[in-house]
Amino acid sequence: MDKKLVHNLLFIAVVAVTGMVVENIYLLQIMTFIGINTLLALGLNMLMGYAGQVSLGHGAFYGIGAYATAYLSGTLGISPWAALVCAIVLSVAVAFVVGRPTLKLSGYYLGMGTLGFGMIVHILFREAGSITGGASGFVGIPMLTLGPLSFEGGRNYFYLVWTVVFGAIFLCKRIIDSKTGRALAAIHGRENAAVALGVDAHALKLNIFMFSAALGAMAGFLYAHFVLFISPDSFGFMASVKMVTMVVIGGMANVWGALIGAVVITLLPEVLHGFADHEMIVFGLILMGVMIVMPQGLTQGVIERYARYKKRA
Amino acid sequence: MEDLLQYLFSGISIGSVYAVVAIGLSMLYRSTELINFAHGEFAMFGAMGLVTLWGQFKLPLPLAFVLTVAGVSMVGILFERFAIRPIKDPHPISLVIITVGASIVFRGVAMVVWGKDPVALPSFSSHGSIEIAGAVIVPQSLYIVAAALVLAGSLHLFFRYTLQGKAMTACAVNKKAAWLTGIPSARMGLFAVLISSGSGAIAGIFIAPVTMNTYDMGTMLGLKGFCAAMIGGLGSLWGAFAGGLLLGILECFGAGLISSGCKDAIAFVLLLLILYLCPGGLFAQKQADRF
Repeated sequence: MDKKLVHNLLFIAVVAVTGMVVENIYLLQIMTFIGINTLLALGLNMLMGYAGQVSLGHGAFYGIGAYATAYLSGTLGISPWAALVCAIVLSVAVAFVVGRPTLKLSGYYLGMGTLGFGMIVHILFREAGSITGGASGFVGIPMLTLGPLSFEGGRNYFYLVWTVVFGAIFLCKRIIDSKTGRALAAIHGRENAAVALGVDAHALKLNIFMFSAALGAMAGFLYAHFVLFISPDSFGFMASVKMVTMVVIGGMANVWGALIGAVVITLLPEVLHGFADHEMIVFGLILMGVMIVMPQGLTQGVIERYARYKKRA
Repeated sequence: MEDLLQYLFSGISIGSVYAVVAIGLSMLYRSTELINFAHGEFAMFGAMGLVTLWGQFKLPLPLAFVLTVAGVSMVGILFERFAIRPIKDPHPISLVIITVGASIVFRGVAMVVWGKDPVALPSFSSHGSIEIAGAVIVPQSLYIVAAALVLAGSLHLFFRYTLQGKAMTACAVNKKAAWLTGIPSARMGLFAVLISSGSGAIAGIFIAPVTMNTYDMGTMLGLKGFCAAMIGGLGSLWGAFAGGLLLGILECFGAGLISSGCKDAIAFVLLLLILYLCPGGLFAQKQADRF
């Protein structure tokens, strides 16, 4: 059998068994958050790692997904699944409108543009109190149910989130291995050369931007119906930076890197709780340390180090 | 009418602070092509240093000022030496994450040292406020504007007339060519960090008496400084100055005429407009690399 397929099946089996074996609600919660963060990192990784475009405002799409479903299902009483469709459509539409002019920028200018967009959306969440509940947050998001199946409680939700994650990983891999994926790689390598070969760089970048916005909205939807309370602070500048950090720490242009980044960035604050007031300092130092020592990300960094070590031994 | 005049005065005052923050960011970018996301934290350190030295230890104001600026510049140099320089082939994204990491560390340190509660400081002098046509100016506003003008002016003279300043300009234009003519570019980079973090501290010191000083005051200040620097054109001294003033004035008018909640959004809307319409900044002679 194909070795890759075995690896993938093994990964799915490990996650499935973990979900069955673990009884501790807290652990299940953490693993659910890892799944949600993986979705975020996957979307941004497609944009940053494959298309080579930075976004410092992706928290906005995460927030749009969360607030759209909160308002539609919480305030208006629509079925959450219909709200999911609306949330994704809205997020993709916003990505289209914003991405068209913004993706013409490059380098730091693109970073600043997306940062500005993210801040504006964040401020809208805070100020549009009648819809979003303002700075104090949105209460009253309904629980998810599907027919007789209720997603209340840890285990069912864990499976729901990870099923979506598997789907997203599969989708990303299909895109990367397709003609589109190769065109993306060409843009990342040298945009001018790709354009000369007939790649419509701007359209392609915009498509990937919209795709990552859809994944962000999906993650926001899952987040909102999981914690049942959202506030603007979860989708601000620091949220966007956290997403970028997950992608870069894990290693760009690597689907599994997104997973590793999500694991590290989700677990780190939990592990650091013991430091109490010094938590922020330690978190920042680790972030800087990893970037200084392994600028190409943990995955690649560890692999290279291991190879060097093996050579010497 | 009085209202409008009042908005204008407040705008010039807060705009001067943005201008000083923007100048620090812009000067660092010009010399090192580094966008420092921890720059707002230097301003926070400046404010907090003054809170401790002048507010608590009761040192004379000039001494507290000098010690604070020196201390913050020291932090800036250590930051450059141990976090930025070790990276051999820096990718812009890695640099962004490192400076963001540094800003988290700085904020964490400030939280441990100064606590989470906001601290207030009295104005630098006990003069009463001045009234012009019904609008009120507090003396601290005048000090802020004066500080911004003096800083920008002396930097202008420094770059124009001193050997050191000319060498820095040469480095900013072309590092390799400057190096070939015998300019130590690494030392010039260090000097840029010194100017940048020092001016960040100055911004914090002058804003300290008119704001609530907390460990997380730097983030918004830094981001606004960015917007100001971009509006004026990244890397330009007087562009940053004008961008800061413009941003401050528009913000105050927006807060007064539209809603105070949307005040923060104005900076970022302006940023997007500038990026879409003239990415080189309002005063740019040439088109920046946009495509």
